[in-house]
Amino acid sequence: MEGRGTFAPAPGAAPALRRVAVQAAMELRLQLRNGEQLLLTLAIPTLILVFFSLAPVLGVRDRVAFLLPGVIGLAVMSTAFTGQAIATGFDRRYGVLKRLGATPLGRSGLILGKTTAMLGVEAIQVVVLALVALGLGWRLHGSVAAALLLVLLGTAAFSGLGLLLAGLLRAEATLAAANLVYLVLLVVGGVVFPVSDLPAAVQGPAGLLPITALTDGLRAALGEGGLPTRDLAELAAWAVLGAGLASVTFRWE
Amino acid sequence: MAGTALEVTGLVKRYGARTAVDGISLAAELGTVTAILGPNGAGKTTLVETCEGFRRQDKGRVRVLGLDPRREGRRLRPLIGVMLQQGGIYPAARPREMLRLVAAYYANPLDPEALLRRLGLLEVAGVPCRRLSGGQRQRLALALAIVGRPAMVFLDEPTTGLDPQARQATWELISELRRDGVTVVLTTHYMEEAERLADQVVIIDRGRVVARGTPAELTDAGERRRLEFRARPGLDLAGLLAALPPGHVAREVSPGRYTVEGEIGPEVVAGVATWCAARGILPGELRVESRSLEDVFLELTGRELRP
Repeated sequence: MEGRGTFAPAPGAAPALRRVAVQAAMELRLQLRNGEQLLLTLAIPTLILVFFSLAPVLGVRDRVAFLLPGVIGLAVMSTAFTGQAIATGFDRRYGVLKRLGATPLGRSGLILGKTTAMLGVEAIQVVVLALVALGLGWRLHGSVAAALLLVLLGTAAFSGLGLLLAGLLRAEATLAAANLVYLVLLVVGGVVFPVSDLPAAVQGPAGLLPITALTDGLRAALGEGGLPTRDLAELAAWAVLGAGLASVTFRWE
Repeated sequence: MAGTALEVTGLVKRYGARTAVDGISLAAELGTVTAILGPNGAGKTTLVETCEGFRRQDKGRVRVLGLDPRREGRRLRPLIGVMLQQGGIYPAARPREMLRLVAAYYANPLDPEALLRRLGLLEVAGVPCRRLSGGQRQRLALALAIVGRPAMVFLDEPTTGLDPQARQATWELISELRRDGVTVVLTTHYMEEAERLADQVVIIDRGRVVARGTPAELTDAGERRRLEFRARPGLDLAGLLAALPPGHVAREVSPGRYTVEGEIGPEVVAGVATWCAARGILPGELRVESRSLEDVFLELTGRELRP
């Protein structure tokens, strides 16, 4: 580089699509590199699916067909809510949100990149769980389109709630709270045990949770098929509520 | 160099009851280096972060490359490079992928490999950033600030915590940025850094500008200079002063170490030497000192520069 120096200014942003694509690829790599995260997003749902399909402890007829929608719901929750809340808390702590928000990527590009990566992780989760289920004798029924719609709305609902949590608490507290919520919703949200098996006092509130709407909806969609409109409406309501509150509480630094 | 890169007029920023920036005005020409100097809590970071668009001022006007950092942030962001005082790096990412990531946001980035080599980060390019030393992280943050070939960079304490070699390397890099036409605004605790690099030094304290000028202007201002020498203890200072033009002060600052303060012209040096020679005294380590920027700073703020 003769004449003009190495550092001679030549500023300018790359095309928006490229910025978001590289950001999404980076976020995806970071998530797949994170051991604890993988435990939560892949290992636990897969182990639950395998264990409770093989061990006859559940009082349902077709155990795999019952469990697969449950663990897909769990997988979506672990990525969109738990993983998202924890990652956001620590990204803020480490100044990443602030710093990358000040590049041409911008805040909207950052959120778009994170969301794309989240959908990428979910795609991997669903494929892995479906393959394991096929190995356990599951056969596809019902409406895939309805199931996809539920997964998308569930993702929107959970990521809004995850961002809300990350906006309210410090990074460490977010980590603890997100894991606690994960555990509670795993038990009461119809993931492994039917909500109708829960104590009567818990059934009412449990029925209103987004995880219940997602697992119930997925069971309906992948069972008799058709659009489980009530569950979709519940998820949409949670999505609006979560995103609305998150946009008020969210902090970039 | 023509044109103004940075224009700050009457900037006020409050955090609750505390006023962090209390009416600062400053300007920086394109292609120059401006050093903002001040003790901890003087308002340096608030000032810089307002220029970067992170904070909204309570009063005053900020223009960076002609743009309002808050309202025209989208247009401004591709033009500037930012190095925060700390953070901004994914702990699990590796320096090479972090630098490539940020490079990919820009239309004409520098070659990440060349930049890693230049900043001595090639050996650790594949190590997770959480395992880098503080100095390595600083250098990576600097690389991230310049990889997009910005027209202007804001560096918040770019060499704090660096070892002497790394500091030297960073200074050389900043000099090259300036040579190649990049406008640099940096904050620092180090006088030497400001003296070495800056075209313009702005000293701020308690949110206000207390002095500004070139390093030479600041250190020459006030004409006060000092002559120092060593000799046997207990010289007759009244006798010495009588041999000098009026208006000087002589002191034995510690046994055998003497200073003469006032306007030190050649005749004063000759006067001291002649007076000593007449008494068979050899004045050792005789030298004339300008004020250092450190002296200026101490006088203006009454505080030590380093925390």
